[in-house]
Order: sequence, then C-alpha cells, then structure tokens
Amino acid sequence: MNLVFFPLGWQHYLLGGLLVGAGTALLFVLTGRIGGMSTVFSSTWSYLVRRPFFQQGRFVDSRGWRLVYALGLILGALIWWLGFAGGVREATAVPVWQLLLGGFFVGYGARLSNGCTSGHGICGLGSLQWPSALAVLTFMATAFLTANLIAWWLP
Amino acid sequence: MSATHTNLPRALATLAAGALFGFGLSLSTMIRPEVVLSFLRLQDFGLLLVMGGAVLVVLLAYQLAPRLLKRPLLGDIFHAHPSVWNRDTLVGAALFGVGWGLCGVCPGPAIAGLGAGNWSLLWALAGIALGALVQGLRAK
Repeated sequence: MNLVFFPLGWQHYLLGGLLVGAGTALLFVLTGRIGGMSTVFSSTWSYLVRRPFFQQGRFVDSRGWRLVYALGLILGALIWWLGFAGGVREATAVPVWQLLLGGFFVGYGARLSNGCTSGHGICGLGSLQWPSALAVLTFMATAFLTANLIAWWLP
Repeated sequence: MSATHTNLPRALATLAAGALFGFGLSLSTMIRPEVVLSFLRLQDFGLLLVMGGAVLVVLLAYQLAPRLLKRPLLGDIFHAHPSVWNRDTLVGAALFGVGWGLCGVCPGPAIAGLGAGNWSLLWALAGIALGALVQGLRAK
C-alpha cells in the first residue's frame, strides 16, 4: 500500500509537514502573526508602486516582517541543502514557459482570493475558516484538472 | 508602531519561524515542482501528508495559544486570518489552481527553492510577482 500511494516513502512528507506547521505555529505564538506566504508578493510592491491599493495599511505595515519571513524560508532551505542533502543543486525539468505562465496565474489568483496553499490551506484550515476550506477545494480541483490535461496534451 | 517593526527579537523570531517553514518545505521535497505535479496527477499522495501535518500543528497553536497566553510572547495581539467567501475568493482560487497545476510551484516553495539552488524557480517567482502586480493594478 505504501508503494501505491507513496512510491517515494511517506516519512519525509509527514515530518516536513509537521516542521512547516511548527514554523507557522512559532510565528503565531511568538509574534501573533499569521504566516501565509502570498501576501509578501503584494506587500513588497508597496515599496515601488504608489497606487492606493498597494499603499493600504495591511501591506505597508507588514511588508518589513514579511520580507524577513521570506528570507527565513530561503535560509531554512539553504540549511537543508547544505546540511542534509549533500549540497546537490536542485533543478527542475518543468519548461520555462510553464513556470512563468503558471507563476503568473498563481500570483494573480492567490492575491485575488487573498490566500494560497499556506494562507488558505495551512492558516485558513488551521483557524477553521470555512471560506478557506472552499478555496482549498476549488484550487485543488482546478489544479488537478490542469495538471492532468497538460500531462495528456504534452508528451 | 514603527518602533515595533525594528524590534530585534521579533525580527529574529520571524526569521527563525521562516527558516523552520523553509526547512520543512525542503525536507518534504515540496520545492520540487515534479513532486507537486505527481500529487496532482494522483501518482504520489505525499502532499496530503505535508498539508495534513502542517494543519494539525497550526490548528493546535491557533486554538491553544490565545487560551493559554494573554498575548504573544514577543507581540501585542494574536491576529486572525480574515477569510471571506465571495466572487473574488472563488475566481482567484480557481485561477491559482490553474497556475499551480501548470507549474507545480506555489508561493512558499518558489521562495524556499532558491535557498536550495534551484535557479529555474526564479521564472516562477517572476511570474508570481508579475501576477500579484497586475492583480493590484486592476483592483479598485
């Protein structure tokens, strides 16, 4: 059964997930902040773009710590890479156009719906908010459809 | 308010929390788009364990901390995640899913992946930043 559902093993998934949760929990217990990741992509634009939308308090007041949090993500991955993965550089075979176009929809959609896999998925479900649960079901459905259509159309 | 932004212990706590998050994303190989796409193609259910494990810990923290503590150890108030259900949430989540299914990268791994030397993810990062910009420019 393990091989059918988890061909690469399951322990690292569960342990990694618990650590992701521990990071979000630590942020909350120490600072009271909700650690979704997509807001940093709007709040950082507030440094450059003067339009009222980007100058809202929720972006301007949080842009500093959100960048520090993002820097922490890079630092944590670096520690894993150098200390636990032998420093073999990660790479992906996903084509550039898919990364760029997919990224665009990820950024646009996450900000329009005010949450991503961590904002709605981890923080929203973790605070038992039903709109987040509906958002998760919605993006899981469209992601499932898209990924399978791509797999059928492209060799 | 501005004094609290430069509060060093809080900044270090935020950095450490982010580092745990990024380490977990890397250990669980969520920084590999191929692993995420194999979940979406129902070939490997690992992502469910990642999300389930994370939600479980966060659920405990979000429920217990405000009951056991008057305020965060280094902060003033416990914030809440403001979720609403409206047309934007629905359309945004649907578009997010299309993008996620196309590239296998979401905001956290796009950032964390850079720490593991996956420079290709800069394309996804650029796409996400551009998408967030366009969303803000179109918003009223």
